Amino acid sequence: MSSAEIASLPESEGFKIRWGDLAPFIALGVIILLGTMINSNFMSANNLLNVITRSAFIAIIGVGATFVIATGGLDLSIGSMLAFVVGIMIMAMNALAPALGPWAIPAGAVVALVVGSLCGLLNGLIVTVGRIEPFIVTLGTMGIFRALITYMTDGGSLSIDRSLRSAYRPLYFGDFLGVPYPVIITLVIALLGAFILYRTKYGRRVTAVGSNSDVARFSGVHVGGVRTMAFVIQGFCVAVAAICYVPRLGAATPTTGQLWELQVITAVVIGGTLLRGGKAHIWGTVAGALILEVIANVMVLSDMVSEYLVAAVQGAIIIIAMLAHRFTSSR
Amino acid sequence: MKLRTKGAALLSAAVLAGALSGAAAQAQDKQFTIAVSIPAATHGWTGGVVYHAQEAEKQLEAAYPNIDVIVSTASSATAQVSSLEDLSATNELDALVILPFTSEELTGPVEQVASNGTFITVVDRGLADPSIQDLYVAGDNIAVGANTAQWLVEKLGGEGEIVVLRGIPTVIDDERIQGFTEVIDQSDIKILDIQYANWNQDEAFTLMQDYLGKYPNIDAVWANDDDMLLGVIEAVDQAEREDVQYMLGGNGMKQVIEMVKAGDERTPISTPYPPSMIASAMFMTAAQFAGQAPMRGSFKLDAPLITPQNADQFYFPDSPF
Repeated sequence: MSSAEIASLPESEGFKIRWGDLAPFIALGVIILLGTMINSNFMSANNLLNVITRSAFIAIIGVGATFVIATGGLDLSIGSMLAFVVGIMIMAMNALAPALGPWAIPAGAVVALVVGSLCGLLNGLIVTVGRIEPFIVTLGTMGIFRALITYMTDGGSLSIDRSLRSAYRPLYFGDFLGVPYPVIITLVIALLGAFILYRTKYGRRVTAVGSNSDVARFSGVHVGGVRTMAFVIQGFCVAVAAICYVPRLGAATPTTGQLWELQVITAVVIGGTLLRGGKAHIWGTVAGALILEVIANVMVLSDMVSEYLVAAVQGAIIIIAMLAHRFTSSR
Repeated sequence: MKLRTKGAALLSAAVLAGALSGAAAQAQDKQFTIAVSIPAATHGWTGGVVYHAQEAEKQLEAAYPNIDVIVSTASSATAQVSSLEDLSATNELDALVILPFTSEELTGPVEQVASNGTFITVVDRGLADPSIQDLYVAGDNIAVGANTAQWLVEKLGGEGEIVVLRGIPTVIDDERIQGFTEVIDQSDIKILDIQYANWNQDEAFTLMQDYLGKYPNIDAVWANDDDMLLGVIEAVDQAEREDVQYMLGGNGMKQVIEMVKAGDERTPISTPYPPSMIASAMFMTAAQFAGQAPMRGSFKLDAPLITPQNADQFYFPDSPF
C-alpha cells in the first residue's frame, strides 16, 4: 500500500512545471492559433461557445474513461451505453410526464444516473469477477447496448414528449452568466474527477493498480474492487453526458453516440493518460476533447481541404500532436 | 373432396381480401415461397424498410394464402451472403426479393440463387451484373436531388447562397448530390459549401453550427436526408438566424412529413425516397406468381415533391421512419 502511494505521490503535487503534462494544452493552443489564422470567424464568441459546448459530451465521458484507462482497463461500450441510457431516460420521462409534468425531467435524470451506474457495474463485474479482458467484455456489451437502443427505437427514432421539450431545452442551449450549462457541468465533473483521482485514497489506488496490479495486490489493495469502481464511475459519467445530450436534439436513434468510444479514448490518450494504465490526467482529457472538437471545427471553417480528405487531415493532426507530446515529455 | 373444400376456403379468403380475380384461382393448387432479404434496422431508413417489409408480408399472406413470405434481415454484407445461403438451402425458393447491402459483394451469391431458377427481384441498389435480375425496383436518387433543386431555384428566384450537407460516401449520396448540383449550376445560386455529415443528426447539428459561424448569410440549406435535417433545424433555431429562408431534406421521414402537412414555412416540401419501395417490390413479385401479370423489367419510383396537398399519401404514422 505505502509503496504504491509513494510511487504515485509526484502525480498529486503539481507545483513543478512538467512539460509533458502541459503538452495537451500547448497543442490546443497551437491548433487554436492555426484556426485563427485560417478564418477570422474562428475566434468569434459564438463559434468558440459552440465548439466548447459541443465538446462537453466527450469531455464528461472522458473523465470516466480516464479512471478506467488509468486502472489498465478499457471501455469500448461507452458510445452504445450513452445511446441506451438516453433511450431509457426518454422513455422514463415520457412515461412520467402526464403524472409529474416538468418534474419528469429531474426524475428521468435520476433514472439515467442509476441505469448508467448499473451499466458500468455490469461491465466492471464481468471484467473483475469473470476475469475476462475488458476489451472483449466491453466489445460484447457494446453490441448489447447498441442492439437494445435499436430495438427500443424500432430502428427509427425515439423522441421526447413535446410538453417537456421546451422546459428541458435550456439545459443544453441556456447559459449562466454567459457560460453554457454543459460547460459548467463539464467543469464540475472534471473538478470532482480530479479531486477523487488526486486527493483521495481511492484515486491513488487507481494509478497504483494501473501501474502494477501485482504490487498493488501485495500492498493490500483490493484490485478487483478498485477496477469495478472505475467502471461504475465511467457509467455515471456516461449518464451525466446523456442528461446534457437529450435536450440538444430531443431524440435517440440507433446512430446516437456511434464511434464516440474512439473519440473518447483518443481524447484521454492525447490528454497524457497512458493507455496501458498507471498515469492519469483529468484536465489533459478535457483538453483532448477540446482539441478533437476544435480540429473538426477548423476543418469546416477552412476551404483548403477537400471534403473527401477531411478525415485524413484530422488523423494526421492527432498523430503530430502525439509526436509533439512524446518529444516534449522525453526531455 | 378435401382438396375442393380447401380450394373453396382459399377462394372465399381471396374474395374477402378483394384482391383476386378468377385468374389467380388457377394458380392456387401450387404453393409459392418468396424470400425477402433486407438490411437490419440500423438507422432510420432501413428501420422503415424492415417495417414495410413486415407489413407487406402480413398483407400478402392474407391476400394470397398460397404464398409464403419469409423476411430475413442481415446486419452486414457478409451476413447477408450467409443468410442467402441459409435461405436457399432450407427452402425451395420461387422468388427472392433482395435489397443488397453492396452491389459487388452480393452479385455472385444472388447469381447462385438465380441459377436454381429462382425469380430475382432487386431493390434499390443494383447488382454489378443486371442480367441476373428479373425485376428491378428502385427510387430515383438523381430526381431526389434535382426536384429539390428545381423547387429551390424557383423559390429563390434563381439567385442566392446555399449550403449542402451530404451523407455517407456511397452511390446513393453521389447521385443525389449530382442531381442537385446539375440543376443549381444552371442558376445563379452559389453553393457555399458541401461537407459530409454521414446521415447522422448529431453530425449535421455540429456541421450546421460551423456553417452558420463561417457564413454570415445563408439563404437556404439542403440536407440530403431528413434525419440530418432535424439536426440542421435545431442548429439554426439556436443561432436565431433570420437569413435562412428554407431548410430542405429528402427521404420522406415521418417527422418531416408532419412538418410539411402543418405548412411549415422553412420546410414546406420534401422529396420521397421511400423505404416502402420494398413493399412495392414484394407486391409486384407476388403478382408474377399469384396473377397473370408479367413483371419482368425495371421499375423506377419517381420522386415527386411532397407538398401539404399530397403529404397524406406519404405519411405512415406507425412506421418508425
